[in-house]
Amino acid sequence: MNLLSALTPAATRHRVLLSIAVLALFPLLMPFHALAINILLFGLFGAGYNLTFGYTGKLSFGHAAFYGTGAYGCGILIATHQVPWPVAIAVGMALGGLVALLIGALAIRTRGIYFAMVTLALAQCVYFAAFHATSLTGGDNGLRGVNLPALQLGSWRLDLLQPLNRYYFMLGFVAVAIWVLSRILNSPFGAVLEAIRENEQRARASGFDVERTKLLSFVISGLFCGLAGALSAINLATVGIDMLSYHTSGQVMMVTLLGGMGTFFGPFIGAGTFLAMEHALTAVTERWQLIVGLMFIGLVLFFPKGIWGSLLARIDR
Amino acid sequence: MTNPNPDALLETRGLTKRFGQFTANEGISVHIPRGQLTAIIGPNGAGKSTFFNMVSGAFAPSEGAIWFDGRDITGLAQHRFAHLGIAKSFQVTNLFPDLSVLENVRVAVQALESGFDFWRPRASRRDWIEKAERLLERVGLQDKRRFRAVRLSHGEQRALEMAVALAADPKLLLLDEPTAGMSPEETRSIMDLILALAQERTVALVEHKMKLIMGVSDSIVVLHQGRLLAQGSPDDIRANEEVRRVYLGKGAH
Repeated sequence: MNLLSALTPAATRHRVLLSIAVLALFPLLMPFHALAINILLFGLFGAGYNLTFGYTGKLSFGHAAFYGTGAYGCGILIATHQVPWPVAIAVGMALGGLVALLIGALAIRTRGIYFAMVTLALAQCVYFAAFHATSLTGGDNGLRGVNLPALQLGSWRLDLLQPLNRYYFMLGFVAVAIWVLSRILNSPFGAVLEAIRENEQRARASGFDVERTKLLSFVISGLFCGLAGALSAINLATVGIDMLSYHTSGQVMMVTLLGGMGTFFGPFIGAGTFLAMEHALTAVTERWQLIVGLMFIGLVLFFPKGIWGSLLARIDR
Repeated sequence: MTNPNPDALLETRGLTKRFGQFTANEGISVHIPRGQLTAIIGPNGAGKSTFFNMVSGAFAPSEGAIWFDGRDITGLAQHRFAHLGIAKSFQVTNLFPDLSVLENVRVAVQALESGFDFWRPRASRRDWIEKAERLLERVGLQDKRRFRAVRLSHGEQRALEMAVALAADPKLLLLDEPTAGMSPEETRSIMDLILALAQERTVALVEHKMKLIMGVSDSIVVLHQGRLLAQGSPDDIRANEEVRRVYLGKGAH
């Protein structure tokens, strides 16, 4: 333990490289590559959510709206307009941020449970809008044909139908995203987010524009979630309406809490645990959510810092 | 309208605060003289905290005006008050509990300059850290800089609160019951600190312990039932019949 706690500061300093290294090795240890990609992308979703939930301390129940619009934005451009994929991903990401700006502008002045409820209600509006815009989104049937079978760069071709290739293609984006996220968390702006989480009143009295900061953090969070959604659309080649549903908002909250809110790598651990459990338990029983639910209750009661958070706290002692 | 009293750093005119039917402050016109130590006293429920909340920007007044340093600041957003040079320490300890002692002050130092710098590492601003360390030294907490704020004793937290308030180099330092809940030794050391601070800037404080402030204040404001009862030097206040009747009376015999 002593050795470990001596290593923590160095590990924190190099958290981006370490995270990327772990994520790069992950599919080599994980037999199910398709599952590994899902974990990677849901981990990114969780990391984006964590900016609002873990670092700014605001419980949002509406993040599916950013994830889903990112997925639909990217998916529609690729499937029905044959837009080049880099543009489609960028647009998906931007849409996530834009929806976050709209929802945030309406919700940001409310606090606690009211914030959770307002974000939930507004995200449901997005859900129903997408549900009824069948010509655009495919409605209940989902959007099909988000095909990106291969990357072509001159004579060099990367087959993206091969899951391991697809994983590393996605990891390229995730690596840049967590690097940017780490810079933001480490910046003076990141310090303000923590101050707001710790004590909004004190932050305001110290001279910070709390409302503007919260809105900005919400938008940045939306951008990351939009990116995660856009990449998921390409990964699955389809976009289902469930990506916008409140289940998805609940799931990302659970994943973040499971891994450890306000920890850098926690969301990836949470996504890994949650999706691997889902994968293993669905093979055994239809009632797998019951088991996950019980575990979740136990975790919240006994390890409120989550798996990664509890581990870090142990080492730090 | 201009500020008629150049000796006052802060001046209120007819300051009124209503919460629904209840009027917490009514028509309070006082001035806080530049470079002096002003104490605001009054029995429980006199409206001292409401008054402080208005002049620190936490509450918008229902009526009346606040002038600071020659300009009307009534109705400005709260975070602007810190930028103008008004800092407040709270009656109930009000820190960033899970952040380190140093970070509590560092982030408050940062507040005046930058809330929207997304890219540079915050540690690259050595000057912010150095200033925070100087302030911690000033309040005697330099040895505890790595502790989380929540682990400090009550007295230490009050001292940290003071360092956080000082981080903005305020022209006016507002202290809401700075010695609340402190032991006699802690009270003495924090009062020494306050007196030292009052040498270099304008300080106004709310205090219950009459003996503590009568000897050291330059100016005293007495509130009673949400209204201004009197303002003057300690001698004026001691001699004031009305003040004696409603407030000092009990202990003056």
